[in-house]
Amino acid sequence: MRILVPGLAGRLGRMLAERLLQKGHDVIGIDRRPFRDAPSGVEMHELDIRKRAAEDVFRRVRPHAVIHMATVTHLLVESEDRYRINLGGTRAVFEHSAAYGVEHVVFVGRHTYYGAAADSPLFHVEDEPPVGISSFPQLADLVAADLYAGSALWRHPNIVTSVLRMVYTLGPTGHGTLAKFLRGARVPTILGYDPLFHFMHEQDFVDALVVAVDARPRGVFNVAGPRPVPLSVIISETGRTNVPLPGPLFSAALGRFGLPRLPRGALDHIRYPVTVDASAFVRATNYTYAFDEKATLRSYREAFPRPIAAA
Amino acid sequence: MPIDPEVRERVERLELPWNDFGLDPYGVSKNYLGVYFTALRFFYRTYFSVESYGIDNVPKRGRVMLVGNHSGGFALDGIMVTGSMFFDMEPPRLVHAMAEKFLARLPFASGISSRLGHLTGLPAHAERLLADERMLMVFPEGSRGTAKLFRERYTLVQFGTGFMRLAMKMKTPIVPFAFLGGGEAVPTIANAVTLGKLLGLPYIPVTPWLVAFPLPAKLEVYYSEPMMFEGTGAEEDEVVARHVEAVKDRIARLIDIGRRRRKGEIVPLPTARRSQRSLEPEGRAR
Repeated sequence: MRILVPGLAGRLGRMLAERLLQKGHDVIGIDRRPFRDAPSGVEMHELDIRKRAAEDVFRRVRPHAVIHMATVTHLLVESEDRYRINLGGTRAVFEHSAAYGVEHVVFVGRHTYYGAAADSPLFHVEDEPPVGISSFPQLADLVAADLYAGSALWRHPNIVTSVLRMVYTLGPTGHGTLAKFLRGARVPTILGYDPLFHFMHEQDFVDALVVAVDARPRGVFNVAGPRPVPLSVIISETGRTNVPLPGPLFSAALGRFGLPRLPRGALDHIRYPVTVDASAFVRATNYTYAFDEKATLRSYREAFPRPIAAA
Repeated sequence: MPIDPEVRERVERLELPWNDFGLDPYGVSKNYLGVYFTALRFFYRTYFSVESYGIDNVPKRGRVMLVGNHSGGFALDGIMVTGSMFFDMEPPRLVHAMAEKFLARLPFASGISSRLGHLTGLPAHAERLLADERMLMVFPEGSRGTAKLFRERYTLVQFGTGFMRLAMKMKTPIVPFAFLGGGEAVPTIANAVTLGKLLGLPYIPVTPWLVAFPLPAKLEVYYSEPMMFEGTGAEEDEVVARHVEAVKDRIARLIDIGRRRRKGEIVPLPTARRSQRSLEPEGRAR
């Protein structure tokens, strides 16, 4: 199959490119970022998915499937910019897909869609509304992109749309929100809170996308690997030191003393759990994960051993 | 804190899907259970010397709801029922209580209670736990029930109906139980509502010695035969209310039996299934 991947030059995109090539697919990438040393067999277009030239790629290539990974999830990127990229890009993907006969579109979303709150349930199911936006407006663009992608299910009935809400990734590339949060030797937590965190190995993340391309499940699906684990266990198993701080002190200490920088709304995500029920995806695709929670944490620790204390 | 060897052994025998970290999918932790039950052991076995009657009525496996009366100014009753299922059942079972929603906002309380299996009281949690063949404990009197004063200690206040709809929807047997002695252990003479509100609690029970530290009163739990109610849980209020009354009646009768026994009367125990049947009128359940 010819598979077009907007966002291919990201670290997970590169892993995906290799897996798709192994499976004998033709891989076409669109990304603003360069993909240096792209494996032969990858046709790379260094351009913005929202630009006219991207449509030309769709027209010329006529992909069978599109895996849309071109969403910005870094919370450090200016909110407005992210909003445009995430919504404008998603819109372009679906419009071009409809215009040029794409059979299947996979939208790669995030499980943080559900938001973290004291009264939200463990193991969210797909039909729940997003409740966390009011406390964490920085996530609004991802939520909107997710819902917009879901609307393709009725707007473009000829396209099989799979909206995947993926849990955090951990693994050797160190890519992703949770991986970055764990990078330092000391990881701040909020005193008195130890939420469950749902994560999966990068390789399993990529495999889930490959499985989705094969099975073409129509609808919205949570995607997870092993069961969630409390943050304190994640910190100790990756060889870090847990630094519990009282709530107000926590906000003041962020970005200093070697602690990571986080927006205010993210605090709820280290107070309360966001975990998902991924059984519908398993039923639809027979997906199985290869790395359990222990192996996933170990692979992160081996790639990113605890940093030596800053001089 | 050193974990009691008996507690350690019983935690191992809990039939839960532990992972390598000693955690179940909900984050229930062997370590937390070990500390909790080690601390509880003294109170359960020695301080209150809690007695469990009719424990054979409680299914050893599979989804089940324990439904009982509140007795005592705070969660003393619930805590002792978790002890009863852990120390007196063979094999031991973990009771999941539904934690009050205000707990979820409090630091420490939310984390600790969920590591012990007591998730926030949301319908989604209750249904998921039952679908997972767990044991749920429900006090349909709610906080109205823990607010009972000393003289009201053997009465029942109004029952909520949510538990019955849940049981019907999830095809779950209900094991009614009566908890006795909580009113003697924590004789509430008044409830400080305003003070409680200031601290983020519904109220604070006041005893003759002011604080609600419990006296070493004899505590007893009587379990009755399981009751099964057919339906979908979406029935009209009247239907559900009738079923709720059946459960409430059975609990009231269990309280009465326990109360007469506490006075020294000889009343047959609802231990074995046969004697239980002779105590209960037919046709109410099953």
